[in-house]
Amino acid sequence: MRQIFVLFAAFFLVTPVFAARDNNSVQVKGSDTMVNLGQAWAEKYMQENPGDFVAVTGGGSGTGFSSLISGTCDIAMASRNIKDKEIALAKQKGIDPNEIRVAMDGLAVVVNPANPVGRLTLDQLAQIFTGRITNWKEVGGENKKIVVLSREVNSGTHVYFKEHVLRKGDPNSKEEFTPGALLLSSSQAIADEVAGNPSAIGYYGMGYISPKQKPVMVAKDAASEYEAPTIENVVNGKYPISRPLFLYTNGQPQGLVKKFVDACLSKEGQEIVLQTDFVPINP
Amino acid sequence: MRKIKEFVIEKLILLSGLASIFFVILIFLFLLKEGLALFKITSPFDFLFGKSWYPISEPPQLGILPLILGSLLVTVGAAVISVPIGVGCAVYIAEVAPLKIREVLKAGIELLAAIPSVVLGFIGMVTLVPLVKNVFHLPTGLTALSGSIMLAFMAMPTIVSIAEDALYSVPKTYKEGAFALGATHWQTIWRVMLPAASSGILAAVMLGIGRVIGETMAVMMITGNAAVIPHSILVPVRTLTATIAAEMGEAVVGSEHYFALFAIGIVLFVISFAINVTADLCLHKKQS
Repeated sequence: MRQIFVLFAAFFLVTPVFAARDNNSVQVKGSDTMVNLGQAWAEKYMQENPGDFVAVTGGGSGTGFSSLISGTCDIAMASRNIKDKEIALAKQKGIDPNEIRVAMDGLAVVVNPANPVGRLTLDQLAQIFTGRITNWKEVGGENKKIVVLSREVNSGTHVYFKEHVLRKGDPNSKEEFTPGALLLSSSQAIADEVAGNPSAIGYYGMGYISPKQKPVMVAKDAASEYEAPTIENVVNGKYPISRPLFLYTNGQPQGLVKKFVDACLSKEGQEIVLQTDFVPINP
Repeated sequence: MRKIKEFVIEKLILLSGLASIFFVILIFLFLLKEGLALFKITSPFDFLFGKSWYPISEPPQLGILPLILGSLLVTVGAAVISVPIGVGCAVYIAEVAPLKIREVLKAGIELLAAIPSVVLGFIGMVTLVPLVKNVFHLPTGLTALSGSIMLAFMAMPTIVSIAEDALYSVPKTYKEGAFALGATHWQTIWRVMLPAASSGILAAVMLGIGRVIGETMAVMMITGNAAVIPHSILVPVRTLTATIAAEMGEAVVGSEHYFALFAIGIVLFVISFAINVTADLCLHKKQS
């Protein structure tokens, strides 16, 4: 009994310490693509501002927006724009989402290094991921069934890829991922499956490319040049599948949130963007 | 003074007893409230028998038939693997094994039950998935079969320990009677012990299946999560549980998607409730 009492007492004594800390802490949540970047920013920021505390967690862009709306985080990281539905819901709860562009990301389409296919057009990609092309020989590869890998629906990468590759940016298009696509829960899971499966094709942010996967060179259409997903090609706009990355705050950033966002946009912040294999917005 | 103390303690225990029922009712009411809201938008028929699951499209397509079939396929597969092995193991432990081996086996089975499902899922992902892929020459090893095998490991401890209890509680006189009539050990087990313990063994199987159908983490990691209607056990499937776990984070509170996930919760609740009631009926039949 006494032990329980001591535990309770300890709990109540410790709680105010955490509560007090809230005043100079920032909660950042959202896109899995941006977790490493967010973490790097947070570490740098906390080094320069001892006493301030920035916590970064992932979960997906949608998760970030949900927590911004429900007030459990101060900044949402997102690899897609906020949806009208989410804005409406935020307004209901008295939250005013404010979008800040912080970096660019190239989406790499990857295959196993043993796969002879090394270049695809956007149209071919759309047909593969919607399930109209199901065999590698139709795009110049071996006679093998294509295993389509995709992220789960809570991923901003999933949404971006659907809207800009499958639907080619057409808001009225009804294209969907083939129901046979394997939905994996993280970019790392896709990287692992591609590394071990010669007939798989997947997509993720450029930062996840390693020698165990082969990035496919992509062309806008059959007449254009095939371009590799490199930082240079994203900056000069040659690589066709690149997207902006955002931070969302409640209204104009203020106080600590503003300080953190400014640090991300500063020269040092944008250098970190480059170090984590993303593309700075003002290089 | 003593009387008051007795009274207070009695009531406190009563409260604790009622608490679990109270919580179950609360949980069920919440599930109903959130899940049934979906049927203002979609008809129950379209929901249960719709063939496509595209929850974040405009407008969303919320048909869970592929998910139900995925869950059933994985569960049936796991049952086919775990029931013969589990019951066989229980028979061995209860009837055949010498005392020392029995103790070791029982400890081993308890240990199997103690492995967290995410660990089993991870082990399955790096060992079982490539194996299934190579053995069957499949394009991918993330299939219903891999899920079934991994879940069979999870159902085994439940099946073994309850079936073993059922075998133990068969009166000794049955066995002695069979031996006295000149039956061999195997004849006694097959013709006397197993039929006498059948209701308990059935309960063990049902509880094992209940464990499997509610399992989430391991299935999500190794079944591939593709929402297609499966036509064989060697294709990827998406289960009800994995769908809730994977999509809850994205679903905007109050959206159709959110209600649909709760409606899936109701479907799961109904399935596992039915399984548990069946198991309970079996157990009671044994006692009476």
